[in-house]
Amino acid sequence: MNIQRASAEEIHRRTVCGELDPIETAEIFSDSAQRSQANLNSFIALTPYLALRSAEEVKSRLEKRESLGSLAGVPVAVKDNICLEGYPTTCASRILADFRPPYNATVVEKLIDAGALIIGKTNLDEFAMGSTTESSYFGSAKNPLNSEYSPGGSSGGSASAVASFHVAVALGSDTGGSIRQPASLTGIVGLKPTYGAVSRYGLIAYASSFDQIGPFARNVRDTAMLYAAIAGRDRRDSTSVDNDTTNLMSAIDQFKPVRIGVPREYFGEGLDDDVGRAVGSALETAKSIGCEIVDLSMPILDKAIAAYYVIATAEASSNLARYDGVQFGQRSPRAAAMQEMYSNTRSEGFGDEVKRRIMLGTYVLSSGYYEEYYQKAMQVREIIRRDIMHAFDKADVIVTPTSPTAGIRLGEKIDNPLSMYLADVYTVIANLTGTCAMSIPCGHGAFGLPIGVQVIGKHFDEMNLFRLAHRLESALDFRAGEDD
Amino acid sequence: MTEVHRYESVIGLEVHAQLETRSKLFCGCASAYGSPANTQVCPVCLGLPGALPVLNEAAVDSAIKMILACGGQISARSVFARKNYFYPDLPKGYQISQFDEPIGVGGAIVFDLDGETHRIGLTRIHLEEDAGKSVHPTEVSGDAMSLIDMNRCGVPLLEIVSKPGIRSPEEAYAYLSRLRQIVQYLGICSGDMEKGALRCDANVSVRLRDIDEYGTRTELKNLNSFRGVERGLKYEIDRQIEILELGGSVVQETRLWDEDRNISVSMRSKEESHDYRYFREPDLVDLAISDEWVSAVADSLPELPHETYIRFMSEYSLPRYDAEVLTTSRELANYVTEAMRFFPDPKKVSNWTMTEVLGVLKDLGIGIDKFPVSPAQVGELLKAVDDGLISGKIAKDVFRQMAETGESPLVIINREGLRQINDEDMLDAVITELLACSRENVEAYRGGRKQIFSFLIGEIMKATNGRANPDIANRLLKRRLDER
Repeated sequence: MNIQRASAEEIHRRTVCGELDPIETAEIFSDSAQRSQANLNSFIALTPYLALRSAEEVKSRLEKRESLGSLAGVPVAVKDNICLEGYPTTCASRILADFRPPYNATVVEKLIDAGALIIGKTNLDEFAMGSTTESSYFGSAKNPLNSEYSPGGSSGGSASAVASFHVAVALGSDTGGSIRQPASLTGIVGLKPTYGAVSRYGLIAYASSFDQIGPFARNVRDTAMLYAAIAGRDRRDSTSVDNDTTNLMSAIDQFKPVRIGVPREYFGEGLDDDVGRAVGSALETAKSIGCEIVDLSMPILDKAIAAYYVIATAEASSNLARYDGVQFGQRSPRAAAMQEMYSNTRSEGFGDEVKRRIMLGTYVLSSGYYEEYYQKAMQVREIIRRDIMHAFDKADVIVTPTSPTAGIRLGEKIDNPLSMYLADVYTVIANLTGTCAMSIPCGHGAFGLPIGVQVIGKHFDEMNLFRLAHRLESALDFRAGEDD
Repeated sequence: MTEVHRYESVIGLEVHAQLETRSKLFCGCASAYGSPANTQVCPVCLGLPGALPVLNEAAVDSAIKMILACGGQISARSVFARKNYFYPDLPKGYQISQFDEPIGVGGAIVFDLDGETHRIGLTRIHLEEDAGKSVHPTEVSGDAMSLIDMNRCGVPLLEIVSKPGIRSPEEAYAYLSRLRQIVQYLGICSGDMEKGALRCDANVSVRLRDIDEYGTRTELKNLNSFRGVERGLKYEIDRQIEILELGGSVVQETRLWDEDRNISVSMRSKEESHDYRYFREPDLVDLAISDEWVSAVADSLPELPHETYIRFMSEYSLPRYDAEVLTTSRELANYVTEAMRFFPDPKKVSNWTMTEVLGVLKDLGIGIDKFPVSPAQVGELLKAVDDGLISGKIAKDVFRQMAETGESPLVIINREGLRQINDEDMLDAVITELLACSRENVEAYRGGRKQIFSFLIGEIMKATNGRANPDIANRLLKRRLDER
């Protein structure tokens, strides 16, 4: 068996049975991740010693016949905006290039406690701001299916690492689509959990009211397995909510046909034909397994992108204020006075996209503009939330494309931020409303690159999402080339 | 009427009271004052990337107490907001505060001044976190540097904002005294201005007495002592009147009071004022306060200064002045109330407390809470005087000894043989002996120099070590001198 192509569930099973030496697993994945760097640049830092230490711990528990965690022996990658104690956590920014957090994010604690082997920290758009991973200070990650293409973003490194078999599963973060879009572009599964389902403690904030950590995997069951391991209320995150995931894995097979809402506004202008066709055939498949298709109309959706970018950048402008050279950020050596130190540090430390968003966000919160932009965007957000709740009266889930195109060529969008923002049109809804949403592969586009379909679920209804996605996955028979 | 008296000043005060909760507002760090720099810090109060705030409910209890004490309204739902500005001792680049939905609205501070009851309405009361402390300039290996102590970061503050209803520096002083008294009675703040536990800013304007509109106001910062409040306001009012009298107009600006130089200096103009870009703090949920929470806190509320003051006048029939002095602090008021139980002559207890107890405390440099003499012992001592066991004069000496040793008055009286001599025969014998030795004085008295009488009483006291009952000694001496 090629261990690299095995599912996380399979690796876990074999580790627990003693058929697979976790130390060997750690070494194999650390080596292959290392070798992949030249081509894919999925990682910002590799953590082979940490993986080895965790593997030794798993092995010793195994030998002592002590209980093992739900991810024992499973190689996992962590997006580099999630704090890992003592290791670089850079957010792919020059300004945090030397930051080593003195504490672990709650999700990292949970991974380590569950026996996961953390192989490395993955590449991302600087501060998770972008859709291609190209704004990374450490260079773009590549799409393993075609290295001239982007793996998407901002969690492009995590998606790339999972899709290229250098880890079994990975954590990303999703503020406006940063898990689902890369999952779609690399042909894997990605979940943005309900806001509050997973603790944000230790996730370096981009836009706090949208940010949510979530799993990447090559199949739905692995996605559920990683999700179950990280979800739950955390007293260190006031916005986290208690949600029971103990029976998730055993209940995932109990599919019942659901009503699928399809907003017609999402299948018009701006959507590539091949994507429209693939999503359409996924809907046909859904029908064939007993689901009912419900036609929805939500005209407010065309305001979603604007509302999202106003609120997200407003929060970002505040969240990123701390990188001023006083405590964090490489302090500019070229400064005589305090103001100069601030502006030089920030000018030198941040990339263009981050600066653009900080300026946008500062502007929309400024006196005289607050009412016109921020406040109005908050009102739009409320209307969208209400409309989505109404839609969920008629449908159990909502299905849309994940990304309007089946591939982004590196360099194609980096100079056209507006067209990049507009490409988030399908994903930002779940962030604006706090609902859960998943992208699963459903076909291939014109250049042989994968296409994802997005399934949006009610708040804390991940279970239904997993059941439908799992059933669709086998019906669509589209899996990222795995050995069973 | 002089020119100055044509003007009326309009003052509003913003007072920051540091709450004496064990831990900080949004993390578990100790909030104690005076620890070595940067020893009471954690990822949350240092604003480390990824760390999140969690509200300390003890601080909410304190806020509820204060709002109840001022008769304000507690918001069933209030919201935390970010106040964004750059300063080195503000690690996150924003302060978590409350903006348009504070925890408390309305209420008033009530106090007596010059025999009249004043009632200054409050605009709002809200919770916020303190910033760190900059220490500058400091010499570090030859270079001038500013250092930052983060211990104070995140210490809870209660901001109490008055309406512009204060009309003179004296009234501002009285307002602040009463406010301090209330927070001390409530046990929520030490009220120690020197240690920054109570800080005061003022909004000041002047207007002609017969005009309704407010004049242009200035904000006066750094009024960090009671004297500073009175002097700073007086200075600012005089400055504004002088400008107006010379035909100029007051500039809206923020000024800084310099206590050492007794002047205020311009800090920033209106144009340079910060745009704080307030917005809802997305890392915290709304603060919901149930009726049960409020009533639980209300049950623990002590008697308030004004109530105690009124009670001292009505229940004990004490004069206004006595009531005011004896209710300065809750500890003193409790002490007096207790002493009254052991010796139910309020005026005598009051006199004794105001002169003797407060005198001794001042000499010893301690507070009533550290005073070794119990209220019961004070009662015992006063009873000894009342019963004629000792004279009032001896009682003062006994009291000094009690304060030093903590012994009960009877122990001291008996040991030192201080019992008053009430035996007429014994006193008569003393007088006989005295008169026999001072015939000249007797003659002089009889010749009309009546002032000799008190001299002779003094001699009797000397001969008896002050133990002669003065009333009896008076009567006997008079009888002996007047008999021929």
